[in-house]
Amino acid sequence: MQRINSAAELDARREDIRAGKDADRPAIAVCSGAGCAGLSNGRVIAAFEKELESQGLAGKVDLRATGCHGLCELGPNVVIYPEEIYYVHVKPEDVAEIVKETVQGKKVVDRLVYSDPASGEKAVHLSEIPFYKYQSRNLIGNNTRINPSSIDDYIGIGGYAALAKALFGMKPEQVLDEVKKANLRGRGGGGFPAGLKWETTRNAPEKEKYVIVNGHEGEPGAFMDRAVFTGNPHLVLEGLIIGAYAIGAHQGFIYTRHDSKLLKQNIDRALKQARENGLLGENILGSGFDFDVEVHFDVGIFVSGESSALMRSIEGKNPEPRPKYIRTSVSGIWDKPSNLNNVETWANVPQIIEKGAEWYTGIGTESSKGTKMISLSGNIVNSGVVEVPFGTTLRQIIFDIGGGIPGGKKLKALHFGGAMGGSIPESLIDTPLDFDALKKVGAPMGAGALMVMDEDTDMVEMARFFLTFLTNESCGKCVPCREGIQQLLKILTDICKGEGKKGDIETMEEIADVMSAASLCSLGKTATDPLRGTLKYFREEYETNIH
Amino acid sequence: MGDITLEIDGKSIAAKEGTTVLEAARSADIFIPTLCHNEMLEPYGGCRLCTVEVESRGRKKLVASCLYPVEPDLIVRTRTEMVDKVRKLVLEFLLAHAPDSVRMNELAAEYGADKDRFGKESSFCILCGLCVRYCAEVKKRNVIGFVDQGAKREINFIPELAAQYCWDCKECFPLCPTSYLQAAYHLTHAIAFPSLSLDEVAQA
Ligand SMILES: Cc1cc2nc3c(=O)[nH]c(=O)nc-3n(C[C@H](O)[C@H](O)[C@H](O)COP(=O)(O)O)c2cc1C
Ligand code: SF4
Ligand code: SF4
Ligand code: FES
Ligand code: FES
Repeated sequence: MQRINSAAELDARREDIRAGKDADRPAIAVCSGAGCAGLSNGRVIAAFEKELESQGLAGKVDLRATGCHGLCELGPNVVIYPEEIYYVHVKPEDVAEIVKETVQGKKVVDRLVYSDPASGEKAVHLSEIPFYKYQSRNLIGNNTRINPSSIDDYIGIGGYAALAKALFGMKPEQVLDEVKKANLRGRGGGGFPAGLKWETTRNAPEKEKYVIVNGHEGEPGAFMDRAVFTGNPHLVLEGLIIGAYAIGAHQGFIYTRHDSKLLKQNIDRALKQARENGLLGENILGSGFDFDVEVHFDVGIFVSGESSALMRSIEGKNPEPRPKYIRTSVSGIWDKPSNLNNVETWANVPQIIEKGAEWYTGIGTESSKGTKMISLSGNIVNSGVVEVPFGTTLRQIIFDIGGGIPGGKKLKALHFGGAMGGSIPESLIDTPLDFDALKKVGAPMGAGALMVMDEDTDMVEMARFFLTFLTNESCGKCVPCREGIQQLLKILTDICKGEGKKGDIETMEEIADVMSAASLCSLGKTATDPLRGTLKYFREEYETNIH
Repeated sequence: MGDITLEIDGKSIAAKEGTTVLEAARSADIFIPTLCHNEMLEPYGGCRLCTVEVESRGRKKLVASCLYPVEPDLIVRTRTEMVDKVRKLVLEFLLAHAPDSVRMNELAAEYGADKDRFGKESSFCILCGLCVRYCAEVKKRNVIGFVDQGAKREINFIPELAAQYCWDCKECFPLCPTSYLQAAYHLTHAIAFPSLSLDEVAQA
């Protein structure tokens, strides 16, 4: 592998890669995302390897284990290129037939094709499946098209062009300005404008600065970060390098999940390849800009995704949050200015630089620009990872894309943002996907985990479920959070058993007020959001169990 | 002497940059209750009893005064309805664990906290971390530490180290806001565990 030493050499490399790729060459993309991995896709991949060999196609057909395609509900999913034929629920036993009929014979295996559960209508190609048809898959769409272990695949589809543009065509201030104009808002929970945060770190007096990817993704029901990070690691890395250039950082950190072997492998490999190709390390692309990245793994508790806890964890300490009276963007890892963004936030950066803020702000709503990845789960026909422009209504996400509620049940409520999010009733389903609109109705988006609940859902039980999660996942350092959650759980458990007492609701409200006002970190401050939301919209479910 | 002027409970107070609101208040004899704070140790921010309201550029928020740095023209209120509500509930939570703590019962009277409000869970330790931090920061021994997280968090003596150092030290005992019994219990238990029996400890 040869080091790329200039923008021109990068272009030449891209030309070479494209010239070497026969557009008609068949390729098989087997989903290797977390969802499909749970459905023994490993055996499917092994079967393809064996079958390509025995049918004499080894070396003539590309086989790639990709990141999540999106439609996890129907996994393991397999896409056959160049036609982009989509097969669902593929089992090892189906593989011989797929290779023979589709790869060799160019015929569709009818029984593996998507069929609409309601109408029975079939869709052969990825783009015709309703789940995919209504999305704008700017970030995750390339997952099926590239091999995440090949940097050439990424360069071939235009990867690292944005980095070259930034390094050779723009000053750091211009890059920063573009991101500010794009109004890119953080995708990790708060929706804080990324450009402003970058600027704070850039302007902080300390010379040494850090940039960090938050890939902890601990929110229950969230799985989109690992989908894009596993499936297209160079996209996140490219965004990070561009950000480092804008901010003036020479050292970066990736903080990611310890529990996914494939994710770890793909990230490690991407970093190694980027270094070998001159895209990371000293004198990147011959521009004179130096930057390198270190990978750290989370310690398995939810609170380690919180910014100050995460930074302590990177320092090698216990992931205990610390008060942020001084922001981490000014004083973070080892008290140096440290800019932390979520995986998806970083993944948005290359397209902003490549296509410009004007293009980017053409997508979305007034206050929320671009697309958002959503993890769709719960009582929904098509669970999986969805990417839509901001402004798409929740109704479109749930019915057009998600395929509605299974079993002919009625939709009761939607819950956004996991354990620190909120639930809204079915009547608010026409709310658009938008940071501020959702916050206003009481379902702040959080990282983008959307849980769908049908008419059988017990909302009190749900509030209890999230608090049970948090009681083990908080660090336990501060009293309102540690003790407050425990007392709330006792009351909720009584109510769930039908043994609630008069005054219980008032006590819970008092505890929630104190937790929000006085907890040390956002976990404690927002732990009661699901409780508050259900008390607001589903209060009678509490009251019927209080005597 | 100080280079920053701020206002606490209507009083104008001078303080050095880099000090905390709690320090500024104490220098002016304004009392803010604390449980996890000790001047010898790094501020911690765990108990939240020292919560006060600060107003800065027109925006009000509740902060832990033992950690919040002074800033020019900051307005601090140490007793508001919300501040009192926080302190009362924090005390009620902690009294469920350590109902006999003298310190906390005195404070409970001040804030109208009912020590029997929540069901008793007499684990005594309120996880203020004073013993843990004293041992780490002052003695640099790290004999005591926190184990586990969330609701399961506890303090724990490392038996081998405890056997070696604690018997002649015990300097953390009087720091404990509940009573040192708990610490002593943990200690004897820990010492008894690896090598010595309880009797031997008693004779030692
Ligand atoms: C308890 C807790 C857990 C969090 N977990 C995550 C996480 O897993 N991933 C993430 O990106 N942000 C998480 N956050 C938010 C981060 O603190 C931080 O705001 C975010 O990473 C900033 O990135 P953004 O501005 O790009 O959204 C968490 C926050 C809290 C309070
Ligand atoms: S709010 Fe909860 S998670 Fe945050 S510091 Fe306090 S105990 Fe730890
Ligand atoms: S034993 Fe006492 S000093 Fe140590 S953490 Fe518990 S309450 Fe605090
Ligand atoms: S994990 Fe395979 S489609 Fe999502
Ligand atoms: S004294 Fe400030 S939080 Fe305990």
